[in-house]
Amino acid sequence: MAERRILNGNAAIAEAIRQINPDVVAAYPITPSTAIVEYIAKFVADGLMTTEFVTPESEHSAMSMCIGSSAAGARVFTATASQGLALMFEMLYIASSLRLPIVAGIANRALSAPINIHGDHSDTMGARDSGWIQIYSENSQEAYDNVIQAFRIGEHRDVSTPVMVGMDGFILSHAVQDMLVEEDDKVKAFVRERNPLYSILDVDNPITVGPIDFTDYYFEHKRSQFVGMENAPEVILEVAEEFKKEFGREYGFFELYKMDDAEVAIVLLGSTAGTAKEVVDELREKGRKVGLVKIRVYRPFPAKELADVLSNLKAVAALDRAASPGAVGGPLFTDLRASLYEYEKRPIIVDYIYGLGGRDIAPKHIAEVYERLEKIAATGERGELIGYINLRE
Amino acid sequence: MRKMGWKELPPGAINPWAGNFMEVKTGSFRGGLKPVFHEEHCIHCLFCWVFCPDNAIIVKEGKMVGINYDYCKGCGICTVECPTSPKSLTMEKEELQL
Repeated sequence: MAERRILNGNAAIAEAIRQINPDVVAAYPITPSTAIVEYIAKFVADGLMTTEFVTPESEHSAMSMCIGSSAAGARVFTATASQGLALMFEMLYIASSLRLPIVAGIANRALSAPINIHGDHSDTMGARDSGWIQIYSENSQEAYDNVIQAFRIGEHRDVSTPVMVGMDGFILSHAVQDMLVEEDDKVKAFVRERNPLYSILDVDNPITVGPIDFTDYYFEHKRSQFVGMENAPEVILEVAEEFKKEFGREYGFFELYKMDDAEVAIVLLGSTAGTAKEVVDELREKGRKVGLVKIRVYRPFPAKELADVLSNLKAVAALDRAASPGAVGGPLFTDLRASLYEYEKRPIIVDYIYGLGGRDIAPKHIAEVYERLEKIAATGERGELIGYINLRE
Repeated sequence: MRKMGWKELPPGAINPWAGNFMEVKTGSFRGGLKPVFHEEHCIHCLFCWVFCPDNAIIVKEGKMVGINYDYCKGCGICTVECPTSPKSLTMEKEELQL
């Protein structure tokens, strides 16, 4: 029987890792993901895991060790956040281009300066072109479920691509929630054994990993790398289907909340979905046709599936918990707007930057966004393309 | 050599062809100077073979017999280390192979 537990996001991810018992965990502590690493260290010390737990001198080294271990055929996990993920940056690209299915748990946190330890999506959004699959979580349960599925998705031989699972720093990483922890044996059976594409320890088939390419081969190798990402959508849905059969909880590329007859909608990722659902419920009681799309899989971006859902709406707002200075808007907004370009009938779409450095977003702020969307829908007048929520002038 | 297309490449940019660097003729790196072997002065001490940073000194049955220009990059280290007088290895001009 699954056990009902009260866990914060860090503990939830650590529980998943205890059950999966990867061959190697190499991680460097950084707020707000530190507790994931602390829990794992304790599990290993207490004999609850047989994982080779490595404590390197930096996140750059942590990811380098993950890469070496994964290239040897090991199942590998790491956890980090913010500056830590930023320090891993060059190794992130190497992990994905070597097609190594490392799983990383990220407690999403703002990037300096000013120094700030609180939650926003600047860290993972900065790594959105690194070739990693990105999955975002709304609560502890999803963080736990997503990490379990991440191993199956990334390690699928057609995918062989690293996966980062995001959860909002502090809001999820440090807030306790009621959730289900599945049985150890069931989780172990679900994740199976890793069957790697290649291994540097296979002495009968010697290989070189990470050789140099000049102008004659780099482009071809890059193109062949993208196949993993292109195969990911099908595998993500397969794994979700199997997960539902085994554990009963349903996952897809995104979650639709009261979208059936919605005329306007907010699209976002992460913990803010919980707040937005409350607001949608309240407004629905008043007869207003509002809905919510919570994106779970951000890379690969489910462009067509999202556009199919959104193209018949009148107005849509993307809520970006990360800024992209000098771009047309936040990362979610630009992806969303580009996806809708394929459709002749498409909604008016606006962007909001919110919650940077952990700035609170309250139900009233979300209600104001819906109000504006309804005004846009009624008048056809868009107004400002990019707005900021709960920011002092 | 025919170059492979992206669909033919092994995943993860790995190189499964152990030792295939022999196929890469790095001698094209030479920039206008090449070592020339004068057998009549050679004492077969094999300093050139020891010091060559590539594998461009051809040795047969313990004797220096010549230079493999497929890999020699023209660094000139062999001519500096050569202890004979006059030198049995000297750098000489060559036409650039462009």
